[in-house]
Amino acid sequence: MTERMTGAQALVRALEHVGVDTVFGIPGGAILPAYDPLYDSAKVRHVLVRHEQGAGHAAEGYAQATGKVGVCMATSGPGATNLVTPIADAYMDSVPIVAITGQVASGAIGTDAFQEADISGITMPITKHNFLITDADDIARTIAEAFHIAATGRPGPVLVDISKDALQAETQFSWPPVMQLPGYRPVTRPHSKQIREAAKLIAESRRPVLYVGGGVHKARASEELLRLAELTGIPVVTTLMARGTFPDSHPQHLGMPGMHGSVSAVGALQQADLLVGLGVRFDDRVTGQLSTFAPYAKIVHADIDPAEISKNRHADVPIVGDCKEVIGDLIAAVEASGQQGDYADWWTTLNGYKETYPLGYDEFDDGSLAPQYVMQRLSAIAGPDAYYVAGVGQHQMWAAQFIAHERPGAFINSGGAGTMGFAVPAAMGAKMGDPDAVVWAIDGDGCFQMTNQELATCTLEGVPIKIAVINNGNLGMVRQWQTLFYDERYSNTDLQATRRIPDFVKLAEAYGCVGLRCERPEDVDATIKKAMEINDVPVVVDFVVHQDAMVWPMVAAGTSNDEIKYARDMAPTWENEE
Amino acid sequence: MSRHTLSVLVENKPGVLARVSALFSRRGFNIDSLAVGPTEHEDISRMTIVVNVEELPLEQVTKQLNKLVNVLKIVELDPSQSVQRELTLIKVKADADSRSHVLELVQLFRARCIDVASDAVTIEVTGTPDKLDAFVKVLEPFGIKELVQSGMVAIGRGARSITDRSLRALDRTA
Repeated sequence: MTERMTGAQALVRALEHVGVDTVFGIPGGAILPAYDPLYDSAKVRHVLVRHEQGAGHAAEGYAQATGKVGVCMATSGPGATNLVTPIADAYMDSVPIVAITGQVASGAIGTDAFQEADISGITMPITKHNFLITDADDIARTIAEAFHIAATGRPGPVLVDISKDALQAETQFSWPPVMQLPGYRPVTRPHSKQIREAAKLIAESRRPVLYVGGGVHKARASEELLRLAELTGIPVVTTLMARGTFPDSHPQHLGMPGMHGSVSAVGALQQADLLVGLGVRFDDRVTGQLSTFAPYAKIVHADIDPAEISKNRHADVPIVGDCKEVIGDLIAAVEASGQQGDYADWWTTLNGYKETYPLGYDEFDDGSLAPQYVMQRLSAIAGPDAYYVAGVGQHQMWAAQFIAHERPGAFINSGGAGTMGFAVPAAMGAKMGDPDAVVWAIDGDGCFQMTNQELATCTLEGVPIKIAVINNGNLGMVRQWQTLFYDERYSNTDLQATRRIPDFVKLAEAYGCVGLRCERPEDVDATIKKAMEINDVPVVVDFVVHQDAMVWPMVAAGTSNDEIKYARDMAPTWENEE
Repeated sequence: MSRHTLSVLVENKPGVLARVSALFSRRGFNIDSLAVGPTEHEDISRMTIVVNVEELPLEQVTKQLNKLVNVLKIVELDPSQSVQRELTLIKVKADADSRSHVLELVQLFRARCIDVASDAVTIEVTGTPDKLDAFVKVLEPFGIKELVQSGMVAIGRGARSITDRSLRALDRTA
């Protein structure tokens, strides 16, 4: 059955058909035709943000909280280019979003028309795929294709740029359209021979580690992971993107690997004779200096993206497939083999690391607040059912380390791109995706000042998120590097917090939020509890913390994981090896 | 480093060449030669890309190319199992004294003279890169006024076709 309508109406109808209920965006000239039918849609709620970057990160937060495709919309030119950062962010962290942008009329494309930018060209290297539509007849089919590409295989951002005349022209709408993607065939079923090979290596190994990344939760495979881990008795490390995919409280969990990973997790990778990488990409923040990463380990590498396998580290057993199927098949293969590896000595070593080098931090003598303590109390009071949405920097690492991550998908942050300003809009998107959940944004004072304009959106749209600003008055992570590697020369990292410009409590109030401030350890619990009781408007808590708090452990950039420092000038020693 | 010839079947759509070439430059791979043109099927274009890389980066570039939604198929053509050709057009100085020498070389290389003026001739020659290099070298003493060369195109020997299966994939979605 077909129906005659404008391209803009076809767009809105297509969005309704693919199941979109929320769109984050800002209108403007070229996208204006689309906003007219959107005004009438009973199924699609449009959330008017204050900056397109906020729309993009909100779509990411929404996508990660719901598992659905997040949607953002902007006009041509600067509207579209403001989406570039969140699109790049979604690309690095494999977040499924569809960005819809208006484009100048097709006849004006290429003439440097008002508000013209070649957004499909600009986003080519940071999208999974993108489209430029200049014919109204292509709109419905392309929207179906865009959502299919964004959500399947390795998820990622897809941009659909639509010229204004295509939105205004008449077309015949019919649903479902026939997708035309002959070159798009993601592989999800792992090869059985590779699975058997991996199971064999698992049984033969003496020091194996399950190296778990963001792909496991994206495949919704945390239950399978738990079964595989308990079946084999192998220790587990969870990367920044996988925090919560395997419960922190589980005795087989060693923590997070990488630049600010736990000594036990980093030590396990360095000493392992087998790494089973599941939905990971051997990122430089995990491997440190690649040539000295996990020097004794054979590698089983499972990922849905064939291009990740052997990209950074050669895989002895490559497995292309969806992690849910891969882990399920691995469980079956391990059970079928009836062999159980002997990891007793390995656990003795690892338990030694865990005992000798637990995560910890120093309190300050002057009674000021340690940021790590804030994380611990937030975690204890808000609990595992809350979402924790972090920005980028020291506060993000403390959140990764000191919050008890127990629930898959509950920790949302900007991993690969490291986008400051991610937290507030992403928390807004997460809360809109899961309105009954408590959502805490954990932000730094630097990050917070990049995107806090979305507090206006939160208040007006009734999205009562909570924001813990870990305010050390500095671009803290950069300051930490200046302390360690630039002779304490603090070039342009001091945000002059003592002058309280801006005053975050007053800023919160100006946006119609509740603003609270906490400066002493003894007030932390009461402040968090008070914030937990406010559920009608957003709450901003200004946690004023000591500026000299540092993130430990640390592997300095470009050095070997073996050089990990537990604290300043304090390195662990591995047990002698081979 | 070694030379590899990739035949890449792509959807015949605007922007596909930009996607492919941008991917090469972004990932830090140099293209020695690139030729694009239609195939026996109107919806499929074929690119022949010659790259100079080690084995491992080549595998990575192939995988990255495969991720492009508009790329249908990639085949590496083994030089011994395929025919590889370039085309060069050369305008060389040739007056009454030197013309017969030039035309003799044209014969020797099985090239063709396609235009004659009083003081120059234009020559068309096809062949492997080695042959074309040799031909250009012997013409240099006469004075090369202008030279234009195509990218390399290549096709596998024997009866098998690399387009068959991709065509079937296209038909399924049509």
